[in-house]
Amino acid sequence: MTLTTLAVLVPLLPFLGAVAGLLLGRTAPGFVRPLAVLPTLLAFALAVTVAVRQGTGPATDAGTRLTPTGSVPVDLAVHLDGFSVLIAVLVTLVASCVQIYSTGYLRDDPRYSSYAALVSLFTAAMLLVVYSGDLMVLLVGWEVMGICSYFLVGHYWETPEARAASLKAFLVTKLGDVPFLIGIFALGADAGTFRINGVLTAAASGQLHHPTLIALLLLGGVAGKSAQFPLHTWLPDAMAGPTPVSALIHAATMVAAGIYFVARLLPVFELSSAALAVLAAMAAVTMIGSALSALAQDDIKRVLAYSTIGQLGYMAGALAVGNRSAAVFHLLTHGAFKALLFLAAGVVIHAAGTNSLATMSRMRDLRSRVPDAMWTMAVALAALAALPPFSGFFSKESVLRAAEYAAEGHQAHVPSAVGWTVLVAGLLTALLTAAYATRLFLLAGSPPQTRRARQQRDGETSVPAPTDNHFRTPVVMNAVLWLLAIPALALGVTAGKLPQWFDGTSLAPTLATSVLGVGLALVGVLVTYAAWRHTETRANRVPIGAVVAPDSVEPAATEAAAIAAHPQVYGDIAGAPDPADPGRLLLGPLHRYAVHGFGLDVLYSKAFVRPVLAAAGLVRFLDREVVETYVRTAGGVPRLLGLLVRRAQTGNVQTYLSVLLGGSVVLAVLAVLVASGA
Amino acid sequence: MHLAYPAVLAVLLFCVGLYGVLARRNAILVLMSVELMLNAVNLNLVAFDVWLRDTLHAGQALTLFTITIAAAEIGIGLAIVLLVHRNRGTSDVDQLTDLADTGTEPGPVHFGGPGSASIAPGTDNPDETTADQALPARGQTA
Amino acid sequence: MNLAAAHPGFLSPTGVEVAFVLVGLATLGAALLTVTTRQLVHAALWLVVALGGLAVEYLLLTAEFIAWVQVLIYVGSVVVLLLFGLMLTKAPIGRSPDADSGNRWVALAVAVAAAGTLVWVVVDAFRTTWIDLGGPAQGSTEVTGAILFRHWVLPFEALSVLLLAALVGAIVLSKRTGRER
Repeated sequence: MTLTTLAVLVPLLPFLGAVAGLLLGRTAPGFVRPLAVLPTLLAFALAVTVAVRQGTGPATDAGTRLTPTGSVPVDLAVHLDGFSVLIAVLVTLVASCVQIYSTGYLRDDPRYSSYAALVSLFTAAMLLVVYSGDLMVLLVGWEVMGICSYFLVGHYWETPEARAASLKAFLVTKLGDVPFLIGIFALGADAGTFRINGVLTAAASGQLHHPTLIALLLLGGVAGKSAQFPLHTWLPDAMAGPTPVSALIHAATMVAAGIYFVARLLPVFELSSAALAVLAAMAAVTMIGSALSALAQDDIKRVLAYSTIGQLGYMAGALAVGNRSAAVFHLLTHGAFKALLFLAAGVVIHAAGTNSLATMSRMRDLRSRVPDAMWTMAVALAALAALPPFSGFFSKESVLRAAEYAAEGHQAHVPSAVGWTVLVAGLLTALLTAAYATRLFLLAGSPPQTRRARQQRDGETSVPAPTDNHFRTPVVMNAVLWLLAIPALALGVTAGKLPQWFDGTSLAPTLATSVLGVGLALVGVLVTYAAWRHTETRANRVPIGAVVAPDSVEPAATEAAAIAAHPQVYGDIAGAPDPADPGRLLLGPLHRYAVHGFGLDVLYSKAFVRPVLAAAGLVRFLDREVVETYVRTAGGVPRLLGLLVRRAQTGNVQTYLSVLLGGSVVLAVLAVLVASGA
Repeated sequence: MHLAYPAVLAVLLFCVGLYGVLARRNAILVLMSVELMLNAVNLNLVAFDVWLRDTLHAGQALTLFTITIAAAEIGIGLAIVLLVHRNRGTSDVDQLTDLADTGTEPGPVHFGGPGSASIAPGTDNPDETTADQALPARGQTA
Repeated sequence: MNLAAAHPGFLSPTGVEVAFVLVGLATLGAALLTVTTRQLVHAALWLVVALGGLAVEYLLLTAEFIAWVQVLIYVGSVVVLLLFGLMLTKAPIGRSPDADSGNRWVALAVAVAAAGTLVWVVVDAFRTTWIDLGGPAQGSTEVTGAILFRHWVLPFEALSVLLLAALVGAIVLSKRTGRER
């Protein structure tokens, strides 16, 4: 098979799997699991083959034109280069892990067949985006991902949180997609083609007449998809979906699409300094804000969600300084360790019966019950905090190095102010990231001290973990965790090889940024540890938390119950009134704002939702009271007339006949009078 | 003979029959009045036939036909009246008001109920009709 | 028709005319009684008088065959049928105060208006028209038979089918089904 055929098969296999799963889900339940897992695994194997065969060689392009459209043509085209083949490998790897993990995680779920089919479709759409060489085809995959995320986030649609979250995810990303669509049209109109190569050629030869406008419009869609400020608010709420879906969305598919899109079209963005500046500002605000918010969250998955937003901010920052190699490198490592983090969090939530960090911090034996999840999570958190030698260190250093390079004004097209912005924000975020990663680990993974265990005999204040008689994490889930731990641990060593696949710029860490970054991260770790030692003594004084779900049910049901119960137990979906939380001490007065993402949702609600609702109310009033009055009158007058006429309908035939004949006489007289000319 | 005599007589007979149709209460009396009207027409037909000296004598032939049809009509009419009387206990035309629009949706109508007895002669609805009737004897009460 | 002036006016009636008017008055009176009497059986009897009077009128108009048919069918069978109907529907014998419906005055108005209009039109139209009753009899049995079976035989036969249908219909309608008994 040729390389192109293989590449076409990669998105096609999960798509066919999804179709087959949707069709056979009801009639042949036995086929659902193979249909979910095997196509994705096969696609992974094919993606690896494609990557190996493509190698570091020149980009492969192939395309076919289905039919002339009359204006700018649309091609079915694939474009294979180092970026796309490696991201495809990541996507298929994470998707395979998620599919395997889901067979255990949702083992008893009645809607598993449609869930697995949608995950496959989601994967196929992302692979389409990755391989596509045409903007219109890319847009198809882009929008299919949007609808898949809607369905998957709303998987537990019985709970109001999931319903609201799925709607929000859909609407917010669609809000970004509108300018995105217009931007693509503008790009196509200016370049005369939707082929990405053609667009890039046009950008290089200066054919694009409105680069700033186009870049800003496209950034709208990227901000929506990749959860950048100010359109990031859907991502934390999307935690209402099942954990494997979160892993898929955060690691490989949905949010990566925006970054990948900018990376592909980076020359277009580089034409406009304004767009790069906007991207840098967006990235900086996103990084710092999300890191602060992550420090205040109580829900373990929301911490991870905010950390995703922050890491995406890193990637956007790398793109803003014109280095897409660093951005895609960070995308790859982040995909690996973030998938691992989410999947491990799923195991922990299942074991703890709650998603609240405040409750987990009071459980004595959580670590001993899920040792695999704890170890792998530690690896992933170290990677997240960018501690050497974990993978996150290398990729984050490549970003910081690129920012420093640009700050010194060496990068063409990029103002040095942009570089400084990204560099400072990146360093600050490194500190904060280390802090919240440490907090997460300490709260979820460290048992209460034996010193306090002694005190507990006097007053039982810790929450007993669910009895482990029936508890057993499904083997496939643990296996997947260790599988993912390998890239999370070791992907950094590829930093020396990757430039050959990418643009050729070196990705190896430099001394200055390494020392600075690692130093700040260590500061974050130590400060958080100190704060935790300071606050943990309060933990046994304040009993808090509740285990809401029995652990004998499947993990997904545990999670759904935990999410649904969190607002009822703690009065809030994001935070918990836990004085033992080190984040509370570190953030101080900022804490209450950080919990709710600095009130952005409230602001949106006041600025957009309420006016729209008020306008809807006005329209309803106009319809109900004004328009309907006309309608009612128009109906009422004939009704009254009908009442009058009805009185004549006595049912007595003689009356009818009398009127009929009387009328005939009158008519006859009239006719005679007219005829005789009187 | 002046044509005006038979013509005026026919007109007057017709109008007398008309009055009877409109004013009489008993259905059989209404049928009698219809006979009067038909006869007025017959008189006209004969008179004009004689006046015109039609070679085909269409007027007279038509009169014969009318008489035949009138006989058939009276037979059928009487059968219907009998049936109505048997089902409703009355043959008064001003009480057969099932077609009245009472202003309410299909429900109990004044008289006889919705049982449309003249359409389905076999329906057994004896209770509905006897209450307000001066003529209690019913065909199918056995 | 343009011979109107040559014929006698209304003021000099012929014998036939006098007879016609007198019988006509009797017929009209009997018809009026038919539609006004409060005794139902009397109405039927007055109908006999009216129909018989009409038969005489047919004779006066030289329509001899029609006259006998009128007597045979109307007076002989139709009235008997009506009387049967009265009996079968248990019509009250004697005066019944509610023989007329509440529609009486409307009916009277309509009838009088119709009569006025029609009389005016008819008189206005046929004031001077004269029927010549001389010559060969136009309605003798021979003539009627000839035209019926020469020119009108097809409608005549069709009419027999109609009569048969009416016969069957009347039987079906008035038959009591087994369930009713």
